[in-house]
Amino acid sequence: MMNSLPVEDPAIRVSGLTVRRGGRPVLHGLDLEVPRGSITGLLGPSGCGKTTLLRSVVGVQRIGGGEVRVLGAPAGSAGLRDRVGYVTQAPSVYSDLTVAENLRYFAAVLGAPAGDLDRVIAQVGLEGHRDDLADRLSGGQRARVSLAAALLGAPELLILDEPTVGLDPVLRQDLWRLFRDLADQGATLLVSSHVMDEATRCDRLLLMREGRLLAHDTPAELLRSTGAADIDAAFLSLVQAAPVEISR
Amino acid sequence: MNLRRTLATARRVLGQLRHDPRTIAMLLVVPCVLLTLLKYMFDGQPGAFDRIGPALLGIFPLLVMFLVTSVAMLRERTTGTLERLLTMPLGRLDLLLGYGLAFGAVALVQAALASALALGPLGVDVAGPTWLIFAVAVGDGLLGMALGLLVSAFAATEFQAVQFLPAVLLPQLLLCGLFAPRDSMATALRWASDVLPLSYAVDAMNRLTGTPGVGSAVLVDLAVIAGATLLALGLGAATLRRRTA
Repeated sequence: MMNSLPVEDPAIRVSGLTVRRGGRPVLHGLDLEVPRGSITGLLGPSGCGKTTLLRSVVGVQRIGGGEVRVLGAPAGSAGLRDRVGYVTQAPSVYSDLTVAENLRYFAAVLGAPAGDLDRVIAQVGLEGHRDDLADRLSGGQRARVSLAAALLGAPELLILDEPTVGLDPVLRQDLWRLFRDLADQGATLLVSSHVMDEATRCDRLLLMREGRLLAHDTPAELLRSTGAADIDAAFLSLVQAAPVEISR
Repeated sequence: MNLRRTLATARRVLGQLRHDPRTIAMLLVVPCVLLTLLKYMFDGQPGAFDRIGPALLGIFPLLVMFLVTSVAMLRERTTGTLERLLTMPLGRLDLLLGYGLAFGAVALVQAALASALALGPLGVDVAGPTWLIFAVAVGDGLLGMALGLLVSAFAATEFQAVQFLPAVLLPQLLLCGLFAPRDSMATALRWASDVLPLSYAVDAMNRLTGTPGVGSAVLVDLAVIAGATLLALGLGAATLRRRTA
């Protein structure tokens, strides 16, 4: 529906991406594409390289080799900085400022329109906490301030590193509804999680383990091809089916 | 470099300070209390405070701004807000100048209070113009800020950042001519004191104490302080990498 331009570059195109950290390889030549206007889930156990991949897409990761192109431009290039929103795993907001002060600053840096502040505060459901110091908020609320900051200026691509960790089920459902709305409006979302049950909410899945991609498919196709009952089981069966791939 | 983003950053840094009244009070009150303390410590030696007082007017802003800035910038690095800002269209200079403007304003108020106290009630007698004393004090505050920004890149924790005060500033304090005239130091130490910026701050204040008018030597001292500030800011900017390992 939204992404009706067939010749458009994909939102993200990664080819042969390798990253080494502290002398050890973290990503081993990844290839993947993320289509526009979709939600792609990046799933895998803790420490498998999800954050490193996301940082490479945002352009803050020093990479060893390969290429990462985002919205048709090299990742991290200056023209992308107000088109890509990034939410780090740990909420990155100023704890000694209020919610509104935090967002007002980030909006000024992004050059976001004036009405954006109220919009993003409403989107993450923090209307009652505008003037609370971030320090006084719960962990989940602080995470939502961090998410709200990434929504400022309505970026075309949102990179979200475990945005639902520590949230109660109702809030998680609300956030996933928000993600779906954003995708329906044409935004592309790449969302990492180590909770496999969030997989069913995504259009496409990237399953990662030890710095390699195990699978890159729709949730339904993954379940079909592995014959598994849920994504957890599909992940296990892929790990068992690919020992050669893993030790390559 | 973008004026709107620089000003937004300065406003944000001042906003953070505003929520921390205790820090503001310490920034403004501590130098004044220490000056008063010294005045009465040297009660029996009337000439001593006249010599040390002006030098301290140059040293306090540097010490305080160094500490505040290094911790503030380290926090920015460790809480992930720096990484967030570097993914946004914020230039590194916008960030550094924003900090410079905000803490520069604080340095201005601090220097004004401390100079007014020293030259007024505490009766320090200086021959040079008051505004120049003030200018040197503000320049020192900005130098302390720039050094603080720079060392924050080499500290991984707030403990380490605080340790940089004795590591970076104490040697300068010992060699700046406050405790012993620089000419009387061992040759190697005198050379060292010649390249350390704090020496010029103290030299400038000493010159202003003794000679009336705007001497060219004082202007050279001020230029050295400004140069050292810009150098530290430049090096600090180089440590702000958008891509990290």
